[in-house]
Amino acid sequence: MPVKRLSRRRFAGLMVTAPALVRAPRTAFGAAPLRIVVIGGGAAGATTARLLAREGGDRLDITLVERDTRYTSCFQSNLYLGGYRPLSALTHDYQRLARTDGIDIVHAMATRIDRDRQAVHLADGRQLSYDRLVVSPGIDLVYDSVPGYSESAAELAPHAWQDAVQLQRLKSRLDALQNGENVVIVAPPNPYRCPPGPYERASMIARQFRRRGLTDSRVTIIDAKRSFSKQALFEAGWRRHYPDVIEWFPSDVHGGILSIDAAAGTVETDLDTFRGALLNVIPAQRAGTIAQQAALTDASGFCPIDPATMRSSVDSAISVLGDACVAGDMPKSAFAAHSQARVAAAALLRELLGRPIAPPRFGNICWSLIDDDDAIKVGGSYAPSGDRIESIGSFISQPSDASGTRASNYTESIAWYESITSDMFGNGA
Amino acid sequence: MPDETLIPSALAQPRIKVPEQARAGELIVLKALLRHRMDSGHRIDDHGQAIPRLIINRFIVTFDNALLFSAIIEPSTAENPFFEFTARLMHSGTLRFVWIEDGGATTSIERTIVIT
Repeated sequence: MPVKRLSRRRFAGLMVTAPALVRAPRTAFGAAPLRIVVIGGGAAGATTARLLAREGGDRLDITLVERDTRYTSCFQSNLYLGGYRPLSALTHDYQRLARTDGIDIVHAMATRIDRDRQAVHLADGRQLSYDRLVVSPGIDLVYDSVPGYSESAAELAPHAWQDAVQLQRLKSRLDALQNGENVVIVAPPNPYRCPPGPYERASMIARQFRRRGLTDSRVTIIDAKRSFSKQALFEAGWRRHYPDVIEWFPSDVHGGILSIDAAAGTVETDLDTFRGALLNVIPAQRAGTIAQQAALTDASGFCPIDPATMRSSVDSAISVLGDACVAGDMPKSAFAAHSQARVAAAALLRELLGRPIAPPRFGNICWSLIDDDDAIKVGGSYAPSGDRIESIGSFISQPSDASGTRASNYTESIAWYESITSDMFGNGA
Repeated sequence: MPDETLIPSALAQPRIKVPEQARAGELIVLKALLRHRMDSGHRIDDHGQAIPRLIINRFIVTFDNALLFSAIIEPSTAENPFFEFTARLMHSGTLRFVWIEDGGATTSIERTIVIT
């Protein structure tokens, strides 16, 4: 990845001009608290709500709108599929967060954003008006990006790319496979949530095959792409741990997916028809529905933002964070979303309360487990450059890593999980 | 040609794409993929021992026993060799795809095509 550096002058320019683009909040400082509404209680939204509540005191009135009363993280869900972590370890309720001073949680579906009146409409008919809105709804699956796939087909051929029900469905289907029955994974085009995810998932399925003695079962990946994240490391790991178990077909080899049949368990490509007792179809993705309805998205299906503040390019009263935004060189990951939350919260505190701010910097690490004590990672630091978030440095595991390094990568990933979920939901009992 | 024995790999089932029919002289696309590790002889295993060379060194396609396409494959070729090429056929017949491994083991697959 090319390394770009920002000059100090360039940074200063961004810092001075960005707040000037923003409309003044309706309420003057020192009067009634400013109303901040956050849509979506994931890695970006929950973190932002807590940061603003902690720093904003009585001057900010924060409402977090979240459909579900419990959160099951997509991040590390492959470890559940691989038998490393129980679902309970990935499930969090919002009670601790609700006890945080200064945050109201509304468990309702946000159905519409009225940008002219600065109000969020909820499914139960209520409206929440806002001075500033944070939109972090995650992704929407584009089912028909895979011909023959649909929301109902996903009951037979689970995507397990969002929501706990789908994840449990995939897990129970995997656990029911007999020796000689195969899995076909359909991997999505870029950009999508968790770039290494489909390949870590293939590793975890192969690991379960080995643990259960399914020596004649195979995993075939039919990819919409020609290459993927950490590819050389995954392929070396597959050769080492699961020889001849995982087979990957890039798009230029299979020639394109013509159709899938969830009931028959077939994936027809230009090259051949692939059969599996279990299909795991991960379709293309775009920003969560509400972001599309509010016209915050561009032609990519995701929401362009100002990289210095995470503010929407089309509405300066709105910040868009996490998987829903166009984050330049940053991948769509929980780590990235959490990092964007810090930048967005700092920008809002500067704008609304005049707090000092450091030059925005973003970070990311994606860990992937291949087998016991063999986790790989890729990461980077990022900074605004023009209208994009650009990479300013990156690192990746090496094929020559000592085994102790790979084992400690795993320990590090578990520690990170505890840390990010504490930031999201709070530490207290 | 040597006796045919299956290449000892669990995934050594060739996958090919041949149109069921085409017009005489029409440019058709043929595709062939064989799952194979293509060990170059330069890789080292976990115990520091060299993994012996074992590659597919020859790929041949015949049409009604006449040579249509042939390739000599060298050790620097990536695993799972994939060929995509075009042909013009003037009459119906049988395409035969043959892969030859170091040591002489071969695997093959046939497909008929109707030319109208």
